[in-house]
Amino acid sequence: MSRRLLWPVLALVALLLVNVFVTPSFLSLRMQDGHLFGSLVDILRNGAPTLLIALGMTLVIATRGIDLSVGAVAAIAGAVTCTHIAAGGDPFSGMAIALALCALMGLWNGFLVSVVGVQPIIATLVLMTAGRGIAMLITEGQIITVDNPAYRQIGAGFLVLPIAILISVAALVGVALVTRRTALGLLIESVGVNPEASRLAGVRSRTIIWTVYVFVALCSGVAGLMISSNVSAADANNAGLWIEMDAILAVVIGGTSLAGGRYSLTGTLLGALIIQTLTTTVYTIGVPPEVTLVFKAVVVLAVCLLQAPALSRALAPRRKVVLP
Amino acid sequence: MTEPVVDIRGISVEFPGVKALQEVDFRLFPGEVHALMGENGAGKSTLIKALTGVHRPVAGEVLLGGERVAFAGPAQAQDAGISTVYQEVALCANLTVAENILLGREPRRFGAINGRAMRARAAELLARIGLRVDPRSTLASHPIAIRQLVAIARAVAIDARVLVLDEPTSSLDADEVAELFRIVRVLRDEGVAVLFVSHFLDQVYEIADRMTVLRNGRVVGEWTTAELGRLELVQAMLGRELGVLDELEHRPDKGRAGEPLLVAEQLGRKGAIAPFDLTIRRGEVVGLAGLLGSGRTELARLLYGADKADTGRVLVDGEPLKLRGPRAAIEAGIAFSSEDRKGEGLVADLSVRDNLILAMQAARGWARPVPRKQADELVAKYLKMLDIRPADPDALAGNLSGGNQQKLLLARWLVTRPRLLVLDEPTRGIDVGAKAQIQKLVAELAADGMAVLFISAELEEVVRVSDRVVVLRDRRVVAELSGVDLGVDDVVELIAATPGAEPEKVAS
Ligand SMILES: Nc1ncnc2c1ncn2[C@@H]1O[C@H](COP(=O)(O)OP(=O)(O)OP(=O)(O)O)[C@@H](O)[C@H]1O
Ligand SMILES: [Mg+2]
Repeated sequence: MSRRLLWPVLALVALLLVNVFVTPSFLSLRMQDGHLFGSLVDILRNGAPTLLIALGMTLVIATRGIDLSVGAVAAIAGAVTCTHIAAGGDPFSGMAIALALCALMGLWNGFLVSVVGVQPIIATLVLMTAGRGIAMLITEGQIITVDNPAYRQIGAGFLVLPIAILISVAALVGVALVTRRTALGLLIESVGVNPEASRLAGVRSRTIIWTVYVFVALCSGVAGLMISSNVSAADANNAGLWIEMDAILAVVIGGTSLAGGRYSLTGTLLGALIIQTLTTTVYTIGVPPEVTLVFKAVVVLAVCLLQAPALSRALAPRRKVVLP
Repeated sequence: MTEPVVDIRGISVEFPGVKALQEVDFRLFPGEVHALMGENGAGKSTLIKALTGVHRPVAGEVLLGGERVAFAGPAQAQDAGISTVYQEVALCANLTVAENILLGREPRRFGAINGRAMRARAAELLARIGLRVDPRSTLASHPIAIRQLVAIARAVAIDARVLVLDEPTSSLDADEVAELFRIVRVLRDEGVAVLFVSHFLDQVYEIADRMTVLRNGRVVGEWTTAELGRLELVQAMLGRELGVLDELEHRPDKGRAGEPLLVAEQLGRKGAIAPFDLTIRRGEVVGLAGLLGSGRTELARLLYGADKADTGRVLVDGEPLKLRGPRAAIEAGIAFSSEDRKGEGLVADLSVRDNLILAMQAARGWARPVPRKQADELVAKYLKMLDIRPADPDALAGNLSGGNQQKLLLARWLVTRPRLLVLDEPTRGIDVGAKAQIQKLVAELAADGMAVLFISAELEEVVRVSDRVVVLRDRRVVAELSGVDLGVDDVVELIAATPGAEPEKVAS
């Protein structure tokens, strides 16, 4: 295993140990009706949307970008589908419409960043704020509840394991295969490390940047479906709230630099698991709700610091200076 | 003899898999210019970085003024009186020239930065090295040579005991070099110790009092300039004699060019270069000569579509070519190796292999990766052909020495087998042996039918490799020289001639 994944792995193990210490039954799994149950399974299921968005975010960050609108896009996907189903529509066509709309929003972000040249953080801030408004318009300000067994499957269904995590992991494996077996990964990294050199080498930077923004929007859309399906409702205000932060943190904890370039999908997987385990831990060890965010921040800060080059150099075994 | 101001004893620096320096001793005396010589990758820049605290040695010690020092970083070294111009210009491209020169030492009034005083002080320092640029302009708007001069202005502005110059002249013209040397002499006479790195032997013999030669991370020896002749120096650096240089003097097929490959008609871009006509034939090497700011790079960029022309057109094989960008040029068989290898050339965080196949891969599109086996074969072939060291395909491009990076960039374009190769300063920072090798390679490529546009600040080199030399002055093409016995003097005359004359054709 590469060295830069060492700290994330240790952090994850440490978090799991804390949980085992507090709740000895933490690691136990049981089979019931062909489903797997247990705290670990819960972590996987609840972490699936974050993982999926973090996956798309990894590629965006690798191109030196960032997407703040993922939470809003997720809310829109849920809103569109639930409204469609509530109006008597078929869940599958509802999801298709929702994802098409997400792709459109990805195109918009990609357009602002790669064609107009707006700073990614500003470009996606537009949709981050406007997106929730759009979701509100779609749901007319209501929380829309639906009762559709087919739709429930995405977020709450099981095929031994939760379907949501299966989708996310499949996407992760798919992206890993596509980017590493083709030259896409190389070109994405090259654009992220040095956009001008890449342009002069003939890389289609614009197309690549555009593609990653559309991809992350689609990931957000599916994640939004998971979130809304899990509770059989669309809440324009709260669905996917702050998930952009969790996703970005997952990427950073996984060792992909916000400065762009080299990315690690395995790292992102670890990062997403850490974030979700952390959230679970906060509940199991009974951290009072008002300090939850502070607690999370401290852990994240610790992992990021441990990865910082200055600190890792300081911690590295210093070789003795030989005197003549 | 006086005490050395810098005394490096038995220093070793290691990187994963590379022993960059092994037990190196080095002394620098006050009031001397000491040249550090060696091939690409010999360890010159590493020694400098070990002195200024960028790299931590695994063994040995550094004495500054007799006291043991171990700087935690370049800032500390600077505070201790070591002022450094690094090989890859390390300035902030998006700040102004004035800010870059005075960064960290801004004149202040009531605690706030005094903008006017800062510009005045910067202008003064720029004038000192004879550079005329607006201190308010952003650094990014200037070519590499100007950035290099700004870095020098910054370095000489500091009251330092030791001035370190790592290839400061690699993209400068004769006039700027003369200006730099004038200042270096003044500083030397004031007692400053100057450490100077360059691959230009003429410059070294002109300015240096003493030299230390490194080879493969070890010291070969220390001599005064007077006691070591050129041939012995080259031999000490390479560990063998140099024979290739003479071969090139006689390019047998010089002047035998084929059909026109690329024709530019009244191509121009406002503020960059006035509309010009240019024909490049198959198998021909066309040189571009001109002073700093004469528009050489700008001309090349237009032919490649790196910048968009606003007048004129380009014909390739007689057909108009719409140059919407680099991709269009690449599809037409044009390649362009930029003078700014760090900013516009290599992708530092990717491996040597990835950098080498990048242009080829980009042309194929993402869905058709270059097969691993083919990539490995290409890498092996070109690493050997251009003698890129270390010959490790998985090394990060950014960790190669300056000269090896330059060779890697050249290799990236050679693998695409272009029909027209535009080389902007292809030998920048390249050692004597490799330079001759690259010039020879250019001649061979031309003999195989490739057209080459060759740009270099070093006139001798341009004249030596080119069939035809296009002279630029003040951002316009002023003359074209051809002929078998084209001489440097002819070109110098035209470059320096008074502006205003109409374009002329000269054959010698
Ligand atoms: N950060 C690094 N990581 C790994 N290897 C390095 C690093 N920096 C330098 N090296 C290696 O150390 C050796 C010496 O490099 P150095 O840059 O000192 O050469 P140089 O003498 O300055 O050459 P040039 O004339 O090309 O600038 C080279 O083999 C280079 O690849
Ligand atoms: Mg060097």
